[in-house]
Order: sequence, then C-alpha cells, then structure tokens
Amino acid sequence: MNKINEVFKNGKAFIPFITVGDPDIDTTEKLIYALDEAGCDLIELGIPFSDPTAEGPVIMSASERALKNGICTDDVFTLVRKVRKTTQIPLAFMTYANVIFSYGIERFAINAEKVGIDALILPDVPFEEKREFDDVLLKHNIDLISMIAPTSKNRVTKIAKEANGFIYCVSSLGVTGERSNFSSNLKDLIDNVKSIRPDLPCAIGFGISNPEQAEAMARISDGAIVGSAIVKIVDRYGKDCVDEVSKFASAMKDGVRKAN
Amino acid sequence: MSKGHFGIHGGQYVPETLMNAVIELEEAYDRYKDDEQFNRELDYLLNEYAGRPSRLYYAQRMSEDLGGAKIYLKREDLNHTGAHKINNVIGQCLLAKRMNKTRVIAETGAGQHGVATATVAALMGLECEIFMGQEDIIRQSLNVYKMRLLGAKVNSVTTGTATLKDAVSQTMREWTNRISDTHYVLGSVMGPHPFPTIVRDFQSVISKEIKEQILEKEGKLPDAVLACVGGGSNAIGAFYNFIDDSSVRLIGLEAAGLGADTDKTAATIAVGKLGIFHGMKSYFCQDDYGQITPVYSISAGLDYPGIGPEHANLKDIGRAEYYPITDEMAVKAFEYLSKMEGIIPAIESSHAVAYAMLLAPTMKKDQIIVVNLSGRGDKDCVSIAKYRGEEINE
Repeated sequence: MNKINEVFKNGKAFIPFITVGDPDIDTTEKLIYALDEAGCDLIELGIPFSDPTAEGPVIMSASERALKNGICTDDVFTLVRKVRKTTQIPLAFMTYANVIFSYGIERFAINAEKVGIDALILPDVPFEEKREFDDVLLKHNIDLISMIAPTSKNRVTKIAKEANGFIYCVSSLGVTGERSNFSSNLKDLIDNVKSIRPDLPCAIGFGISNPEQAEAMARISDGAIVGSAIVKIVDRYGKDCVDEVSKFASAMKDGVRKAN
Repeated sequence: MSKGHFGIHGGQYVPETLMNAVIELEEAYDRYKDDEQFNRELDYLLNEYAGRPSRLYYAQRMSEDLGGAKIYLKREDLNHTGAHKINNVIGQCLLAKRMNKTRVIAETGAGQHGVATATVAALMGLECEIFMGQEDIIRQSLNVYKMRLLGAKVNSVTTGTATLKDAVSQTMREWTNRISDTHYVLGSVMGPHPFPTIVRDFQSVISKEIKEQILEKEGKLPDAVLACVGGGSNAIGAFYNFIDDSSVRLIGLEAAGLGADTDKTAATIAVGKLGIFHGMKSYFCQDDYGQITPVYSISAGLDYPGIGPEHANLKDIGRAEYYPITDEMAVKAFEYLSKMEGIIPAIESSHAVAYAMLLAPTMKKDQIIVVNLSGRGDKDCVSIAKYRGEEINE
C-alpha cells in the first residue's frame, strides 16, 4: 500500500510542485523538508524533460535550468532516497512519457518503489495509452494518476472508473501557468467524477496562484495543486528561495483549510 | 483502446485536454475521406489551384552524365507554393471547414508548410497563425515575409533549440489553449493519431501519379523511389502506392548534417532510439535519459529529432531503407542539379538528389530511379551561397 490514501485524510489537501534540480539539488532537498513542515499533503517532484509540451514558460524554464545543471533521472532517485530518511510525506513524480520509457518502465518502477515514491503523473499519457505504464507501476505500488480536463466530456466515465490514487482535474484549457479565470464547468466536472467514483479524491491543478484561488478550488474539490506560482518564487530567489516558498506554501495551505 | 499503430510505433500521446480534439478529427476524417463532394472539392483544388498532377520529368542529361539508371524527377517543386506541402494543407483545411473551424495553426521549419498553410487559409478565409523557431525565422526570412503577406500571424518560438521541434511543441501548446474554433494543420506524417494517417493519405497522391506516369512512359514500375525524410511526409507520399510492389526499392534520405557519426546531425534512423515524443512512439534522437537531443542540418525542413511512425515501421520490417546524407553532399547535389538540368531543388530535396548521384552509376541503363523533388530551392539560395562563403542580399 502506498501513501496516497493519506494525502486527503486530514481534509482538503494542498499539493505543491517543484522541479528537481532547480536551482540545484541541495535546494530541492531543503524545499522538500520546508514544504512538509508548511503542512503540505503531497509533493509533486518534477523530473526535468527537455521538451515539456504541457508546460507553460515558467515550468519549461525550470526544466531547462535543471537540465543545464546536469540533473538526470538517477540523480532524482538518489535525492528521494536521501529525503526519505527524514520525511514520510507522500511524494509523486511528475514527468513525461519518454523519461520513463527510455529508462525502462519496469526499471523505473522498481527504483521508484525502492526509494519511496507513491505516485506518478504523466501529462502526455492519456487513458488510451496508459496500460503500458499502469500495468507495471501497479505491480510496484505506484499509482499512475489520471487526469481529467474541461474538454473530457464523455471520457470522464471510463477515465474515472479505472483511476487510482486520486484524479488530477485540469482547471481550464491550456498549459500550466498562472491565470485569473478557470473553466466554468469545474464543479459539474468534479460532481460527475464523484458520482462515478465516490471513493476517489479529486484535486484541481493548473493556474492556481494565490490563497483565495486555492480556497475556491478546494471548496469544489478535495484539494489544490500549485506549480508555476512556486517555481516562479524559486526562480526569483534562487538558492535563497526556501523561506519564501515556505511562507507561500503556508498561506496556500491556510487558504485550502478554509474550505474544510 | 490505443489507436493509430504502425507495428510498435504511433499511438496518441497527448494531454487529456487534446484527446477529444484528436478524436473529433478522426471522426471527421472517417466521415469525409470517401465522401464524394469532399473528394470533388479536394481534386478540384489540387488540380486547378495547386497545379496537379505534377510532372514526372526524365532528367536525361543527369542520367547520361551519371551513366547508369534512368532518372526521373517527380516535380512537386512545381506545385503552387513550391513544395509538396500544399497537398496536405488543402486536404486538412477542407476538413477544418467541414468541422466548422474558423482558425488554423501550424508549425513550420523551412517555412514551406507555413507558407502553404497561410496560402490555403487565405484562399478559404480562415484565420491563420504560424509557429516558427527563431533560428528558422532568420534562416528563412523570405518565407516569413510571404506568410505575413498572405495574412498569417507568424509567432517566433524562442524555447529550446528554437527550431522545428520547438515550433511543433509550441503549436501543440497553443492548440491546448484554444480548441473549439481551431484546427492544428500538422505538416508531416507525425504527431498523434490520426495525423500520420491523414497526412499520408493526402500526400499519397504523389505515388499514385508516379505510378500512372511511369507506367505510361516506361511501361514498367521504377526500380527505386528516393525521397528526403525529416518527419517524412513527402517520402511517405512518394512511397505509399509502391509499398506492396516488392520490386520497388523505397529509399529515404535523412539529413546527416556534418555526419551521422558527429553530434551535429539530424539522422534519426541512423542514430535515434525508440521513444515517445510529440504524440507518437517512434525513433528519436535522445540521450541515455530520454532527453531529446539538439539536432542539426543545413536544411531547416529536415532539422527534426524524430521520424513519422509509419517510416519507423517500414524500417523495422525492412520494406524501406534509410541512409544519411551530409550537408556537403546535399549542397553538391543542389549545385549539380541546377547546372545539369536547370532545376534548382530545395536543399531538403537535394538530399534525395545526392543519393541518386551515388546510386544511379551502380545500376543498369534499363533501370529506373524516381527522385521525389519535394520542393524548389529559391528559398535556399542565400544560405547555400553563405555555405560557399558568399554573401548575397535577398
């Protein structure tokens, strides 16, 4: 059993994203501890990819910076093995299909389980292509997180039926990055998922950048996922970003708590 | 479940946000591909607007000079907008209209697909935005001007290597932003299903014509069909109707850049590995951790780190052969065909011409090579002059 079921057990969840190796691997380690202390419920660790087609400019640049630092998949495993000695916060990897595929899906799953990863998010692997990954990951107790978008429509049922862990609900059209407007049918979308899988938590991500938005999203779902807004702070403060990110994460978690 | 496979290649690796868009496209294509009215309009535009059928020209001086096989040139360079790209764009824009889309977006490398898309968008009254790598905008400024003249907005892509690969990524991102009124006119036989099939079908008119023309002229099939390969649309177009004719060698020529054994290359079949990128499983130039590696070629249109899934499968099953051609060989072929036949080929197509120069002398005089001359070379004169150390003004 992995730790994904713990993410939502204390009420609405706040889920931050950081790119491993941005600005460097030591700072990523400190960020993980700080985000844990700030009350986050799950941390998404981005394994950098050269061509992240679902990302906006902020996370794209973070990936570029990390790769420029020479970060590779094995470095990411090493980091997770190290932080697992200190923290038991649930951890998910977010990356792209080719990073896993080229490493070998089985070899990746074995290593990820060994270091203590609980879930994997692959934005370029839709329902139709997930089997090749999912069959292997499940054997190693890693949940491949299914995504649902405002454009999913008649696809929601089949995606929800086979989903594991939680559902990542995309807030609106487009790639990752801050925005002021979210899809108007989000609540219906979540309600639809819930009617099919009452047991499955739903968290909303893409574009959430302040506590008010996090609260609003958590009111209609089980949690808020925030990437670009955090990565932007990391970019601005570099190695000195830990306190700033920590403050931001606490404020976001407070926002999410109000929705409980 | 998973659709659009060519052997182990293909598939639909796109974000969930786009899945219904590619499904909608597949359904529209299935509905119209055999529709009489649709095909009447398509044929009308291919013939009356694009100038089809394109000629199959016997390159007599070249054949005699090389002293081997007879060489025929399939003159896709004579199409309106100067390349094979328009075949696919007319088809996809007609589909877009049927799907009630009012806006088209497209990536472009050398600018040929961008120009073709801007052209047909103008013809059909569609709003048009083109995404082009900043490096390519510099290399192909004439085509950038043409696209603007035709009413398209040209967006400069500065991420990554600022070339074709990044233009594709950025166009996919843009499609994710705006789907309901927008069709992505993908320019090659790549990306998620159904694009590799749709683009191949629209380009297969090339081999359909070659077959008819060569049977009329020679009374037999060619011994080899040659075409350059980036993503592979002109090549699959030239190969498709010969795939079942096992006597016809199908040969794709990749851009080796400075050499397939250097890191300045775009020869995906020669150096790539199986991977998943840009919506498909296929061969890609990548490092040990699956990071897509920067590619290089003098030709902006072949400067792509992947290859279409159907080509990857034709390679796997041994039906088609793929060889790398260096910048230097391509430039020599560019100059050779210009002087020998009075035809200036695109630097992309020059890769195929270069292999014909190697292959023809090894063949008998009653054998036949068809070279798909996918585009014209006007756009390349400035960069080839520069390659030879000469600065000219456009």
